[in-house]
Order: sequence, then structure tokens, then C-alpha cells
Amino acid sequence: MAYSDKVLDHYENPRNVGKFDDSDQSVGTGMVGAPACGDVMRLQIKVSDAGIIEDAKFKTYGCGSAIASSSLLTEWVKGRSLDEAKEIKNADIAEELALPPVKIHCSVLAEDAIKAAIADIKAKREAS
Amino acid sequence: MSDLKFPIYLDYSSTSPCDPRVAAKMAECLTLEANFGNPASRSHFFGWKAEEAVETARREVASLLNCDPREVVWTSGATESDNLAIKGVAHFHSKKGKHIITSMIEHKAVLDSCRQLEREGFELTYLEPSDTGVITADAVEKAIRPDTILVSLMHVNNEIGVINDIESIGKVTRENKVLFHVDAAQSTGKVVIDLETMQVDLMSLTAHKTYGPKGIGALFVRRKPRVRIVPQIHGGGHERGMRSGTLPTHQIVGMGEAFRLAHEEMEADNRRILSLRTRLLSGLEDMEEVYVNGALDARVAANLNISFNFVEGESLMMALRDLAVSSGSACTSASLEPSYVLRAIGRNDELAHSSLRITIGRFTTEEEIDYAVGKIREAVGKLRELSPLWDMYKDGVDLDQVQWAAH
Repeated sequence: MAYSDKVLDHYENPRNVGKFDDSDQSVGTGMVGAPACGDVMRLQIKVSDAGIIEDAKFKTYGCGSAIASSSLLTEWVKGRSLDEAKEIKNADIAEELALPPVKIHCSVLAEDAIKAAIADIKAKREAS
Repeated sequence: MSDLKFPIYLDYSSTSPCDPRVAAKMAECLTLEANFGNPASRSHFFGWKAEEAVETARREVASLLNCDPREVVWTSGATESDNLAIKGVAHFHSKKGKHIITSMIEHKAVLDSCRQLEREGFELTYLEPSDTGVITADAVEKAIRPDTILVSLMHVNNEIGVINDIESIGKVTRENKVLFHVDAAQSTGKVVIDLETMQVDLMSLTAHKTYGPKGIGALFVRRKPRVRIVPQIHGGGHERGMRSGTLPTHQIVGMGEAFRLAHEEMEADNRRILSLRTRLLSGLEDMEEVYVNGALDARVAANLNISFNFVEGESLMMALRDLAVSSGSACTSASLEPSYVLRAIGRNDELAHSSLRITIGRFTTEEEIDYAVGKIREAVGKLRELSPLWDMYKDGVDLDQVQWAAH
């Protein structure tokens, strides 16, 4: 299958690979997907008291499109408020990366990941 | 300095290039000056000459299998041969019984032919392989019923390269008066086939995995005891009525030459290819969490099917763009189902998604293998650094205990 230049670029040079300490109160973690399905994404956001995403990291087990979707997502969420980040749609990711129809689920997974990370940080804040 | 050419072809079980000696023979059967005639033309020199070439090729094929040339029926390839054998037997013997035995890890040409027969009212038993990928004669015997008419099993599995004991299974089917069809698409030139000692009734063959051209194959149909089948393609009554259609002289000549070379060079080829596979495996096996899929000792020399845990196969292939290999991961397919063969031998989805099939052939060099080893190690290392599963494994998390949000 032919990959777009953008997918190849993110795959060759993934941005923001890594891991934050999950116990940090300013870190929200979203882990979505399942190994059995061939993709698992872990997206983490570091959020300021004002609710701005200051940093983001990811690790992804999956195909090149899944890796590229999550890498792109970490670039996009940085500097956004939680509400703004929630507005990111899978279609935007799919369009930016020119994903073919069989790879749309990769961008859906990325959208799920940011939603899960936001839900996690909100739950942490409510609990504290 | 290096004379490597990229991409490096390591997918010989998918198809092999024609041997140049094969291509040269084929080129002699195309133009006006050459042997272009219709082998069925009985009235002139062009037909006679073409027929002679076809019959020479038939003898070459028969000689590799140790059978009578009259038992070789030309087809378009193993898929057609599988269809003809399975449906042909089923339709001829449906009054005798409607039960057929096959296995869960057959090629789709067999499985889909069987599915079609199920729609027509036949009953199928799909044998489960052992975790090494083998179907035993014992398992076949236990599955035979009074109404069983056919057992269809592959000689060598296309994904894991594991070899079935055709001789033992043939004894069981013959004793029980059940016909035995073997798909040998992956075994010609790799394993000795002797139809004098193997009690096989029908055998599917193809040229293009044995350095011959695509689009040509054959079905062995035993004469003693005589096997009857219903033809699936009707027309001019070629091939003793079993398969109509003008014989493609150039394709047939190509298959004949390819099988002649296989007969002559199998031993030397196998020795060299095995040493390359050993080199490949020893370059990879000291890595963490690496698993060979299927029995290593009952496998053709050309095949290595290996899983790199916590790395997804398609992204691995993307990192290996200058190697032509295949993967058991099916991320590209709509179903997202990983290899049914690896699942059937008990591999979990993760390991099935993490698999590479590397198949070596006549033209593979040591230098290519060394390059592949280096590339694979580098890619697996890089992708594991990217993998949350690898992180969790390193942190001692039991991945089977994690509640995944399946999607």
C-alpha cells in the first residue's frame, strides 16, 4: 500500500514520543485500542492549572498510519485548551494525513485517545 | 563494495521469478518463426511440433512427481487445480456420500471451494492443526465417517512452511477407501514427492512458485486406481475431457523446464537455502520476545515465519521497505483479522499481528540475508521504543490481565 508523504514523515520522525509519570496530577493519560486488533495508542497530556495543554507525549503499537495519527495529534493539541482539544475530529486527522478508507480507523483511534486523556485529567482534578 | 540491489526479494513463497533458463525456453514458443502452433491442431506441422513440446513438458512434470505423464492434466494454476479436484470429486461422488475433510489452515483456494460445496449441501470437517502446524494421520482417521468421500490437505503450508506427512495420511485414506487430494503448490522443488509411494489420488501443482511462469499449473489425477472427476470447465474436450481450453504451449514449456530444473537441482538448492535460513535465524533469535511460528524441524528450508512481540507487522514492513517480505498482520484488510493460520496453531492475536514471513529462494545471497538481519534488528528496536506494549512488558505488566477497549 502506498503511504502519503505526511504519514511517512511522521513514521520516520515521530514527534513527541515518550511517557509522563502517570501519577503526576497534571498528567492525563488516554490508552485506547487493543493488541488483538493490531493497534494500541497511549496519549498523555500535561495540563496547566489554567487548563492549557502544555506538552503531549505518545507511544503507539500499530501500523504506520496509527503511528502517524498519534504523532500528528501530539503536535496539534499542544497549546490548546482542553475544550479546544476536544474539538479535534478524526476527519481532520485523516484529511491532513491523506489516509485511505481502510486506515480511517487509525484516525478514529487518535480521536478516542485525546478524548480519553481529557476525561482522565478531568477525573483526576475532580477527585483531588 | 556491496552489489546489493533494492528492494531485496524475500517473498519466494508468494511467487518466484522465472529462472532465466525457463524464460529462454518459453521465448521459443511465441512467434511465427518459433513454436507457436496449437497443440490440438492434428493436421499440420505447427500443431505436431507444439504437441511434442507439450508432451515433453508433461514428462518433465511427471518425472519430478514420479508418476505417469498421462496422469498430468494442465490447468491455469493451483487455484484451478484445487477447484477441479475438490468440486470434481464431490460432484462425481455425491451419491456415495457428502462428507469432506480438510483443515483450518488450507489455502483459500481449498477453503473457498469447500465453502461453496457446503452451500451445495456437502458437510465439511475442518481439522485443527497441532500447535506446530501439522495435521496428523491419526486426526484424519478419527474424522473419517462412512459417508466421507474426500480428504483434502496441503503438503506444505504457504505461511509457516510446515510439511505434512502425506505418506502416512495416504495410507489412512486408502485403507478407508476415501479419496485423497493434496495441494502441493508450495512443495515442488522443496520436498521430495514420490507418487509411487505416496497414496495420493489428486495433487495440485503450480509453476510460479518453482521458478516457472504464472498462469500455468497441473492436476495429477491417478489412473490406478482410477480417479473420476467431473470437469469444471467445458469446451473442446482437451486433457481427456477433464479440462478444456487451448493449451498455452509457452506456459507449459516453461513449467516443464522449471520442474526439470527442480528435479535436477533440488538437493543443491535446498542445502544452500537451508544454510541461508540458519544464518537468518541465528541473526535474529537472540533478540528478546522472538517466536518462530510452527515447527522448525518439519519445515521447508525456504521458510522462516517469525513473530516479534510488541511490534505490529505492518509498521514493521514499513520500516523494512527495502525488503520484500510478507506479514501475518492484516491491518490493511477491512476485517482487521490477523492470519487465520497463525490463529489456528494457537498464536494469540498479538503474536499473529507481529509476524513476518521471510521466504528464501534460488537467487538469494548471503549478503542479502546479512543486510536483512541488520535491518530487521534495527526496525524492531525502533518500533519497540515506540510501543506502549513494550513499555508495559518492561514494567512487568501482564498484558493478558489488562482490560482493553476492543474496537
